Amino acid sequence: MRLIAFLALLLAVPLAAQDSLPPAPYAYQQLADPQQEAQAQALMQTLRCLTCQSQSIVDSDAPMAGDMRHEVRTRIAAGEQPEAIRAWLVERYGDYISYAPQVSAATWPLFAIPVLLLLLAGLIVWRRLGKRA
Amino acid sequence: MIANFGLAALWLAAALAALQCLAGFAALRGEGQALAGVVRPVAVVQGALCIAAFAALLLAFVWSDLSVALVAQNSHSAKPLIFKLAGAWGNHEGSMLMWVSIMAVAGGLIALVERRLPEPTILATLGAQAFVGLGFYAFLLFSSNPFERLDPAPAQGMGLNPLLQDVGLAFHPPTLYLGYVGLSVAFSFAVGALLTRQVTPEFARVMRPWVLGAWIFLTIGITAGSYWAYYELGWGGWWFWDPVENASLMPWLAGTALLHSASVLASRDALRAWTIVLGVIAFSMSMVGTFLVRSGILTSVHAFAVDPERGTFILALLAIYIGGALALFAVRAGTVAEGERFALMSREGALVVNNVALSAILGIVLLGTLYPLVTEALGFRVSVGPPYFNPVSAVFAIPMLLVLTVGPLLRWRRDRFERVRGPVILIGIVLVAVLAAVAFFYGIGLLPMLGIALAAGIAVASFMPLRGRSLRRLPLPVWGMAISHFGIAVALFGMAADSAFTQERLIAAGVGQATEVGPWQVRLDSVRPVAGPNWTAIEGRLLAQYQGGAVYELTPQARSFWAPAQETNESALLTRWNGQLYAVLGEEAEDGRWQLRVWWKPFVTFIWYGGLLIALGGVLALIGRVTGDLRRRFARRKIAARHVDAMA
Amino acid sequence: MRSVRLFLWGLVILFAAVFALFALQLSRPKDDLVRSALIGKPVPEFALKPAVGTHPGLSTADLRDGQPKLLNVFASWCVPCAAEAPQLAALEQQGADIVAIAIRDRPEDVSAFLDRYGDPFSRIGADDVSKVQLALGSSGVPETFVVDGQGIIRYQHIGELHDKDVAILLEQLREAGA
Repeated sequence: MRLIAFLALLLAVPLAAQDSLPPAPYAYQQLADPQQEAQAQALMQTLRCLTCQSQSIVDSDAPMAGDMRHEVRTRIAAGEQPEAIRAWLVERYGDYISYAPQVSAATWPLFAIPVLLLLLAGLIVWRRLGKRA
Repeated sequence: MIANFGLAALWLAAALAALQCLAGFAALRGEGQALAGVVRPVAVVQGALCIAAFAALLLAFVWSDLSVALVAQNSHSAKPLIFKLAGAWGNHEGSMLMWVSIMAVAGGLIALVERRLPEPTILATLGAQAFVGLGFYAFLLFSSNPFERLDPAPAQGMGLNPLLQDVGLAFHPPTLYLGYVGLSVAFSFAVGALLTRQVTPEFARVMRPWVLGAWIFLTIGITAGSYWAYYELGWGGWWFWDPVENASLMPWLAGTALLHSASVLASRDALRAWTIVLGVIAFSMSMVGTFLVRSGILTSVHAFAVDPERGTFILALLAIYIGGALALFAVRAGTVAEGERFALMSREGALVVNNVALSAILGIVLLGTLYPLVTEALGFRVSVGPPYFNPVSAVFAIPMLLVLTVGPLLRWRRDRFERVRGPVILIGIVLVAVLAAVAFFYGIGLLPMLGIALAAGIAVASFMPLRGRSLRRLPLPVWGMAISHFGIAVALFGMAADSAFTQERLIAAGVGQATEVGPWQVRLDSVRPVAGPNWTAIEGRLLAQYQGGAVYELTPQARSFWAPAQETNESALLTRWNGQLYAVLGEEAEDGRWQLRVWWKPFVTFIWYGGLLIALGGVLALIGRVTGDLRRRFARRKIAARHVDAMA
Repeated sequence: MRSVRLFLWGLVILFAAVFALFALQLSRPKDDLVRSALIGKPVPEFALKPAVGTHPGLSTADLRDGQPKLLNVFASWCVPCAAEAPQLAALEQQGADIVAIAIRDRPEDVSAFLDRYGDPFSRIGADDVSKVQLALGSSGVPETFVVDGQGIIRYQHIGELHDKDVAILLEQLREAGA
């Protein structure tokens, strides 16, 4: 399924050769406080890895994804709210970085169309079934 | 040599498809009657030729005939036989040939056995089937020839992508193609019925086994694909609403809706127009899915056979088939009468809710998948992922699942609430009790909580239709329905439990070091190099102890393949009845410790058990339908024979 | 019946729209770049230690000194970064002031990289955990930003520089300096 994405990532490896530094401290290390870690985890699952394009940063072994995890975990540890961190990233990379679209000028149809579908579904059921046999 | 034979067979089959298409449609008009007799034999021979062509490709792979470009690009003589075979369809050209072959065989089968519908409808169906086939033949012969030759032949092939060297994956694409082809048959039947104005219960009964078959394969394909992604990609997730995943889900959603509406049409002669629409939509979703995966216009779909020219070809086929069928129907809509009426409180009423909800979910998946494309066309980029799909589709899925608990209990046409009050109250109590218990004991998210409660309710409800009936004489399709619905409960519980209770431990572990994850204690015992047929690996040996009891061994690997050169992580899984321990070995840190990722995923396996149960229910229903049809056919023949005797 | 027909024509229109979208996207080259959303906005606050002993480090204050600059995000382990060395050298010769951020790099590797491919940089800050890269909205290496004298980001080039990009960057620098 996500094989394709994964292949793309693998294909990209020869270009971006191995960097020489070890992973950032919190790239592969969980926060000590389980509640904070759960917060960080939930947020990271909805942030897009920028170098692999179709994985969340949790799922990616790309160095930059590791650095992003480090950034998220250190900010959460410093007491920042997950949504503030998301907003900070969206400010820098645009809506693309977040898998959780927010209602905005760019994304309103994503929310308006399901509402329309709901109304339409209600209408069909009501019209089709309102009449007695 | 073998390649020339295959190519010749393919050309011949294409020519026969053209003849079948012309003759099938000509037979609809008065002057074409003379041609009507050739349609069925031609369809059978076309199927046989396609099998020959595909067999030729398989042989070329088995013999590693490197003068065939496709073999040279995808095979390696040092590969195990099963992966040589899988190499034949693990690429664009081979998979298209496989698709065409299955489609032609299906056409041949219809031509051989199907006698229940009026002859013109069958001829129109075979004509439509050949018309669809022709597009794929043209695609193969003009732009993706699987038998293309290399001169001179290379000394060694390039090998199959190591990620694809996996038994599960070897059978994943064929499963999906079987599903897509089944939907194409349903599409052809819909077009045939529309052309001859024969949208009847008999049409639904004839189409239903094909839809059921397609749906079984799609269910298995998605289930297997999800499990494959889960254990192979090493990130512990099983569904990410990635465009490629969505591409496989959309035909399934449409197929599920079609299955239910066809049963209304077959039993009650209602929902005629809607069933035709779904037949067209289900097939179009498989085409849209194929287009998205092959054309590379979506961000996730980079590598597999991506080629704009192929994309153009598939898009053109999509436009001709689907645009044509929809326009034909829109023009003809007036000629399809509405069908029987029914009340809200009835089996049909519940199935309409099911259909509306499934269609809405399909609409949302389509919207979420395509929206990033729309914004890209407008010059900016957005991402749509699980935080969008999960809650938005739940808005429609939850009412649908609630109706699912009651629907099978209702009578056709109209029913009274008083008749089902007992079971409904029981199901309601189970639902609310589980919801309250989960809410009280665990602080988990809203969706997992609802998921677990609904799963309990559906599990109880799924066997309600069996109560008070003789289990021995219960028709197989009813068993099938009960088991499929129970499978939904099982899968739903697995999904909810995984997202609510999964625990993850990430550590840099030295040899001998232990960590705790959930009820497990996991110790890194040793790390050593190992070698396989075409790879070498670093293998970690983990000793895992469940609640201080027995010790199990896990051996995750970090593998390096050499033909072609690639690195993969082989996760190690330990399955208990109540969940899976999942371990991945990462890189070595500077101080000699190893990156280790360990998850405890309670009840995660229920997701795939549920998927298999859903498919099993489909299989039972299919067996029941097909044997029922055969029995009726033999009975008819016996009566006819007796009739002849009496005359004599 | 009328509503069925309306619904069907609705489907036809929807299908036509999807088809048009596919056709449009198919006819255009795929744009995989993730652009920074900070163009036209000030450079975020940061202060990076020197990446090598021979060059000073880099901070936001250095980018606000009144002179427009090129800010090159690179790494010694990145092949395209080495490939764009001639273009960077050409830019420097034509008067561009180029400062740099080295991503996830060791001092000895950076210094070997400069010895081998040339050194067009006046300052090099070390960004060991990509912190500043994330703050800039940069999605990979190499990237080149044009920053004006007030520290406002004016332009972003993603990927390695080719010969045609030299003139574009010089033009952007000229505009930023006005």
